[in-house]
Amino acid sequence: MTAFFQNLGLPFEGAWLLSTIVGILLIALPVMLAVAMIIYADRKIWAAMALRRGPNVVGPFGLLQSFADGLKVFLQETIIPSAANRTLFLIAPIITFTVALMAWAVVPFQVGVVLANINVGLLYILAISSLGVYGVVLAGWASNSKYPFYSAIRASAQMISYEVSIGFILVCVVLWAGSFNLTTIVESQKGYYGFLNGNGFNPLLFPMAIMFLISAMAETARPPFDLTEAESELVAGYQTEYSSMAFALYWLGEYANVILMCALNAILFWGGYLPPIDWAPLYYVPGILWLFAKILFFFFVFSWVKATVPRYRYDQLMRLGWKIFLPTSLLFVFLVSGFLMFTRYGGAQ
Amino acid sequence: MSLGYYVKSFTLWEFVKAHWLTLKYFFKPKATINYPYEKNPISPRFRGEHALRRYPNGEERCIACKLCEAICPAQAITIEAQPRDDGSRRTTRYDIDMTKCIYCGFCQEACPVDAIVEGPNFEFATETREELIYDKAKLLENGDKWERAIAANLAADAPYR
Repeated sequence: MTAFFQNLGLPFEGAWLLSTIVGILLIALPVMLAVAMIIYADRKIWAAMALRRGPNVVGPFGLLQSFADGLKVFLQETIIPSAANRTLFLIAPIITFTVALMAWAVVPFQVGVVLANINVGLLYILAISSLGVYGVVLAGWASNSKYPFYSAIRASAQMISYEVSIGFILVCVVLWAGSFNLTTIVESQKGYYGFLNGNGFNPLLFPMAIMFLISAMAETARPPFDLTEAESELVAGYQTEYSSMAFALYWLGEYANVILMCALNAILFWGGYLPPIDWAPLYYVPGILWLFAKILFFFFVFSWVKATVPRYRYDQLMRLGWKIFLPTSLLFVFLVSGFLMFTRYGGAQ
Repeated sequence: MSLGYYVKSFTLWEFVKAHWLTLKYFFKPKATINYPYEKNPISPRFRGEHALRRYPNGEERCIACKLCEAICPAQAITIEAQPRDDGSRRTTRYDIDMTKCIYCGFCQEACPVDAIVEGPNFEFATETREELIYDKAKLLENGDKWERAIAANLAADAPYR
């Protein structure tokens, strides 16, 4: 795209800047649109599993429900509690939302179609998703109210615990792919048994795929791990004091994070933009559609779990994170690296 | 703990079963009615929006006995009365604060002339609080609007009273 703008007579720097901005918009706007639609899908799926109808009045099949909600929230008054730390109170939702969008920079939509094809893409995503916790913690602290504060403490403990095991799960993938670059990771998943695309078909990595899915739910504080906003205990968690646009930013950021985690699931374990079966005609379907289909599938799984599993107790959450996920993922790092040492890298030297 | 326990918990067996169940429910017909387009049948005793009724000749029924005001547990009713020019006792003010009302139906029970009744209408949401403070004119208008339904409901319920 830089070349295109250069042909229009811009110097390289200007063309690069312009093409980057266009690229950002090309990613951010569809992501926000997707967030709106996916909130609708979430409510619809959840409703269907509870034998309810879900939103069905605004627009055809209720498709415009999210936009109506957004409009309502726009028009509401922003209430800032008098005891709150004003600056941090307003910065916190912005952090959550920005960070949720930032991570999309390294997501590959097609071979070479990625905003920033950096070699440490996976580390970047880990770093960015760790930053996400600041939005929650700052909100809890700046609100100067007890329930948000409890929620912030829970959120930080929960996200840190699950990031540890996510880290080890990612190590397995990185060992297998031999790279931190997300495009390389996707390309390395080609041709399992000659006809399947995806690390998930590898028996050594399949358990990691499942654990990553569960950890992703914990990381994004989705039910059944939504202890940060357990309404029976904490009113609305860290969002309790928020209203209008600040609240909407949390809502958007949360779901943008969820889509990101679904995308990561698809990219790391199920072949990203590759078709699931390594068969030539399937490659004529654009890669972004495969990625999109996989994201949608994983989002369905997220909603499905939300509709099925009751919320975990806090100690159960911590036990699962530290006593089960951490040792198991460590064991698999050991197994994967051992396997690779004796096969790919030619045995112990 | 047995080996079976570990196999079960590490294969997430219970979760797989639960998700299979919810997936089956996902495709089942919906149990809820499609509310704004479909509505549940309503009993003749349904206690909805209030109305002040009139006699068929157009004379208002209420005789300002204030029994409804007295019995109202939420003290939502305010009545002021004066003799009219023809000497009959009538209300000059009949207010119901619908935000206070608990829809118990005591006013209807207390009324000796079936003037104040709770009709079958339950869709009277408003955008402001002030609109929910009903005065006499509004209540009489409700009575005119819902008279047929109210009369039918009262007749249907009469044998049991």
